Amino acid sequence: MTNPNPQSGSPDKEPASEAQAAQNALGNTERAEVATEPDRSVAKPGPEPEPKPSLGRLFLDNLWAANTFTVTLLSLVLAIVVGAVLMIISDPDVLSTYSYITSRPSDAINSSWTLVSEAYANLFKGSIFDPEAFSGWLNGANGWQAVLAPISETLTYAAPLVFTGLSVALAFRGGLFNIGAQGQATIGVIMAALAGFLLPLPPGLHLLVAVLAGALGGAIWGFIPGILKARAGAHEVINTIMLNYVATYFLTWLIVQNGVQDPNRTDAISKAVDSSAQLPRLLGDNLRVHAGILLAVLATWAVAWLLNRSTLGFELRAVGANPDAARTAGISVTRTYILIMVFAGILAGLGGSNMVLGSTASALTPLVVAQIGFDGILVALLGRVKPWGVLLAALLFGALQAGGNRMQSYSGISLELVTVLQALIVIFIAAPALVKAIFQLRAARAARLQTSLAKGW
Amino acid sequence: MEPGEIHALLGENGAGKSTLMNVLYGLYQPDEGEILVDGKPLKLKGPSDAIGAGIGMVHQHFMLVPVFTVTENIMLGAEQIRGGIAGFLDRRRARREVTEVSERYNLRVDPDAVIEDLPVGIQQRVEIVKALTRDVDLLILDEPTAVLTPQETEELLTVMRSLKAAGKSIVFITHKLGEVKAIADRITVIRRGKTVGTASPEASRDELAALMVGRNVRLTVDKTPATPGEPVLEVAGLVVDDDRQIRAVDGVDLTVRAGEVLGVAGVQGNGQTELIEAIMGLRPALAGTISLAGDRINGWKPKKVLRAGVGYVPEDRSVDGLIKEFTVAENLVLDIYDRPPFGAGLALKPDAIAASAKERIEQFDVRTSSAEAAVGTLSGGNQQKVIVARELSRPLKLFIAAQPTRGVDVGSIEFIHSQVIRERDIGTAVLVVSSELDEVIGLADRIAVMYRGRIIGIVGPDTPREEIGLLMAGISPDAAHDAIAAPAADKPGATTADSPGVADGSPASDAGSASEDEA
Repeated sequence: MTNPNPQSGSPDKEPASEAQAAQNALGNTERAEVATEPDRSVAKPGPEPEPKPSLGRLFLDNLWAANTFTVTLLSLVLAIVVGAVLMIISDPDVLSTYSYITSRPSDAINSSWTLVSEAYANLFKGSIFDPEAFSGWLNGANGWQAVLAPISETLTYAAPLVFTGLSVALAFRGGLFNIGAQGQATIGVIMAALAGFLLPLPPGLHLLVAVLAGALGGAIWGFIPGILKARAGAHEVINTIMLNYVATYFLTWLIVQNGVQDPNRTDAISKAVDSSAQLPRLLGDNLRVHAGILLAVLATWAVAWLLNRSTLGFELRAVGANPDAARTAGISVTRTYILIMVFAGILAGLGGSNMVLGSTASALTPLVVAQIGFDGILVALLGRVKPWGVLLAALLFGALQAGGNRMQSYSGISLELVTVLQALIVIFIAAPALVKAIFQLRAARAARLQTSLAKGW
Repeated sequence: MEPGEIHALLGENGAGKSTLMNVLYGLYQPDEGEILVDGKPLKLKGPSDAIGAGIGMVHQHFMLVPVFTVTENIMLGAEQIRGGIAGFLDRRRARREVTEVSERYNLRVDPDAVIEDLPVGIQQRVEIVKALTRDVDLLILDEPTAVLTPQETEELLTVMRSLKAAGKSIVFITHKLGEVKAIADRITVIRRGKTVGTASPEASRDELAALMVGRNVRLTVDKTPATPGEPVLEVAGLVVDDDRQIRAVDGVDLTVRAGEVLGVAGVQGNGQTELIEAIMGLRPALAGTISLAGDRINGWKPKKVLRAGVGYVPEDRSVDGLIKEFTVAENLVLDIYDRPPFGAGLALKPDAIAASAKERIEQFDVRTSSAEAAVGTLSGGNQQKVIVARELSRPLKLFIAAQPTRGVDVGSIEFIHSQVIRERDIGTAVLVVSSELDEVIGLADRIAVMYRGRIIGIVGPDTPREEIGLLMAGISPDAAHDAIAAPAADKPGATTADSPGVADGSPASDAGSASEDEA
């Protein structure tokens, strides 16, 4: 009556001790490594001698990181597979080859492969590296700018997402679900643009003032739900969603007012931001990448420091993890809630400034902020609400955006597929148990992860 | 397990008692080994299998829907349906069943009462009735007495005896030695997931305790007589509401002097929590004054109260005391993180935090794999030590400990008690609130008994248990004294007189009427 492969513990049970956790985790890697082979691995019997605490901890941390990394990677793979299926289904020519798949399967397979591989190749070429441009540069057919163009595009799209992602992640760590990054970014973009074309200031100072104006706008828009939450107990999710609408329609109204609207235009577009208030381009005028990405990296570092190395971050994390205990320990929960939302607003507002002070646009239009606030939620989740994780996630989303443009123009795949891909990645990441089940990995940590993501509610 | 046997499962917190029973009830799957029922191996996939096999369980935390009636709660999960496909709930039949079961085992409950209106002892009875209506032969009671008054505990033991007489087997999980000795037929002691021995109820308390923790422990607290100094905490006419805006503290006067331990005894929910939260500034005082060493501290924020030299061990460590996701080191500075040497301006000083954590882990014997381990991975006793270490590591004028050893193993209890006394001996005023009478008697130099938001009496630590127990049930000091003084022969009469009245809810009033009868 012996089970050849005893389970090392029920998945949703917290390991009772560090040693046991380490052992469980050990079981997991073994399983993960052999997952592709027939499952013959036998969990190691008996208690392992525990390594030195520091070493054990290190090992565990690495493993844990590897574990989420694996899930993230596999989520990407799954999303790409589903995306491929969608491409085939949505292409009538390829789909028609499937009607006679039994007589000539090679037709269906070849045409599908051509379609999908070209589309993804274009996605890659448009976002990271284009070998043709590289060989063109070697032959002297084009300049070095063409080689760096994909990266430049990726960074341009990523910069605002870093800010909004950090905004959502920071609030999340403080126990608040900031759906309002969109609205905060909208007010940020308005303030930045107004400062950018209304104030006659010298270069340098003008840029600084415009950026700060954007941050201030976001801060105001974050402060409102923050104080409503702290003083009146109004739920921040509802208030931030409502304020998104207010901000969006305020922008639409503002653009066509006298003094704001471009006097030479009849459509809804504002005056352009003075060049003295624009973020400098990093690689010359032909490439769009601008100093916003540097600010984004700086902001990532600042948020990481704030969270982990500051007293304010300690309060924020304490309130996020257990407001009752925080209050009992003398931390003012209401003050912290307000601060969290103000900081989240500042970050989202900076993201908004990027949209009008950078190279994406130089004037306000109703759609000037695009979807950066909502994408920020996805970026924050994909980045596991950790600052550097958010940076990486924003780069991935930026790459998808940049590559998507090329995919659309070269392969005729609709740009919306990129949005679908983004959504799929996040869905798979939010459901690690699903991913692990598909790839037959043991889902020891799945339950914990899910609850950590669901906690904002 | 034999039929008609009460088998006590004794073990420290985290010894694996509850896990074992959860396996038995089908909530967890065993990794190895098997369960035999009537000689046959049993595969349990979930609680419904367990119920099918005749195993019922009353959890430590009740699994009742507060806004449902007793009948509705009992039918939950085994709804009786009539009207065929229309599927109406057959409340009448369920109600009849409840009445029948509760009469058969002399477990009086009102089938139409709403759960949230019932006292804890009756709620527990509902849980037992719920298990019994499922026709179980084996009943698992997981720490059933943790939330009961001494009187309610006595009633529970009576119920257990009558169930035993009816041929039901009971597994009784606990870490309270007295109850085990009072009721068990056989005792199995578990330590660190292994059976370390079986004992008969004749074994002495010390033997059992030693078996439980694996070494000899002192159950009494060693201390010298107190040398009370100046009053440190003075509370006068304090009135506080609870979360539902119902009066919880109703005119309390208290004085705690430097160098003494004032114990507040009382059944949970008689205003102790609100009293302490008001002192800590966590809850507004509606009337009255609170002063700390002469300063009026009404309306101070918690941070200011803490800074003024008050140490506070909250009663619910997982909710108010610790942040489980935080490391041990972070939890050790939870209320002083922004003070030198741990914080300067906006920056935290991780090195100072780590260094002090290392020191205190050693000093307070916190068993953890490292200071960087999440505090949630520690056992209950060690979590509590983290809180105690945090609070006692700064200079204090007043130390407030609410339920300092709830859910804590014997070894840690001993340690925490000695730390409390040590703090008293260096001249700190200590206020201990506990629903464990033994703890209050063991620690306190004076005992204040709280009942329905008032201090009903302040007595010395040598007062007999029974007298304090009656005070806890709301009988005024004189009446309590009389009741105890009454001839011992009357006592069994008093307990039987208790039981019929209990059905209508309040054991306190019953005990009251019983003692009036005697008077």
